[in-house]
Amino acid sequence: MVIKVLGGGCANCKKLMENAKKAAEELGLEAQFEEVKDIEKIMSYGVMRTPALVVNEKLIFSGKVAGVEEIKEILKQQA
Amino acid sequence: MFGYVQKFADFLTYSVLKIPQNSRLGSAVNFFIFDTIKIFILLFIIVFIVTFIRSFFSPEKTREILSHKKQNILFAHILAALLGIVTPFCSCSAVPLFIGFVEAGIPLGVTFSYLIAAPMVNEVALGLLYANFGLKIALIYVFSGEIIAIVSGIVIGKLRLEKYVEDYVFKIKVGNVQLMEDKKTLKQRLKETLEFTLQLIRKVWIFVVVGIGVGAFLHGYIPTGALAKLAGKNNPLAVIFATVLGIPLYSNAAGIIPLVSEFRRLGVSMGTSLSFMMSVTALSLPEMILLRRVLKPKLLAIFIAIVGCGIVITGYLFNFILG
Repeated sequence: MVIKVLGGGCANCKKLMENAKKAAEELGLEAQFEEVKDIEKIMSYGVMRTPALVVNEKLIFSGKVAGVEEIKEILKQQA
Repeated sequence: MFGYVQKFADFLTYSVLKIPQNSRLGSAVNFFIFDTIKIFILLFIIVFIVTFIRSFFSPEKTREILSHKKQNILFAHILAALLGIVTPFCSCSAVPLFIGFVEAGIPLGVTFSYLIAAPMVNEVALGLLYANFGLKIALIYVFSGEIIAIVSGIVIGKLRLEKYVEDYVFKIKVGNVQLMEDKKTLKQRLKETLEFTLQLIRKVWIFVVVGIGVGAFLHGYIPTGALAKLAGKNNPLAVIFATVLGIPLYSNAAGIIPLVSEFRRLGVSMGTSLSFMMSVTALSLPEMILLRRVLKPKLLAIFIAIVGCGIVITGYLFNFILG
């Protein structure tokens, strides 16, 4: 599973990455994490708000920092 | 509604902390406790309501709406400024939003109307203004903010400044913007609103408390009207000074508004106070640094100058009307 956090590196983006890592860890999922900071790449996902969460190249949400529990639910569905 | 809060503040100050009544310290502590509780109650209510309304709008939807309103340009500006109130966006999203709007063919001026209104008329400013100054001043703030956003956007549009947008912006291919049409139940929506409200208050509370604390200190120790000569309506430079001063204070916007209510008591006129608050929220250093990535320096300077002038004019206008 490839998990990407899109965003320019602001505090919210870092928080989302932290939560995503924690969620994957708690589920015992093997996942690769990537921070996407390049604006061209961010826009290619059709995202207008950061941070955004992309799982296996699929845009899950944008413009919010989801909590660990919420991300766990999402990862379970995507796995 | 706040009679009980006052009674509680009196009880805490004079009975629990045993500070003598009519002392300077007592008056400062009492004021601090009362103000803090009152402001957080009102802040919670306003942020909750605004966030709930916002949960029905998204920038993606705004983009969709505006990209179909290219014929009637005045209407597009007004709509953009209004949508700026209800669409949530944090300053770190300024760049993707700008690119997304321009790419959808939304005129530059209309994009700016949105980008000016969105941070200026925000839920924290609104909640704190209402808590500190009442409904009338909060509405005056919203109304002037909207006018500034509309007029600035129209001016920027008329100046034909597209050539001062960084060239790569027009080359970026935006992926399919998904309108995440969320069919949430009311209960889910309320739950998310509550979560967001609490999250926001957790983020700003320390600034608010420090702002009220400094205000309470001034309240107890500095006599009413002490700043009247310096920043009253008779000093014509006060508005300009207040606007410039507001630019670097962005990160503490939440702490500034409670403090401004204290400035008012010390004699700073209402127009000057409004200019100061608008400058704090609308002209922020971090947002300018972000926007520099999509705007060439000349356009960034024009943007700051136009919004700054709008804020200064608003200040003079309300000094004239409200005193």
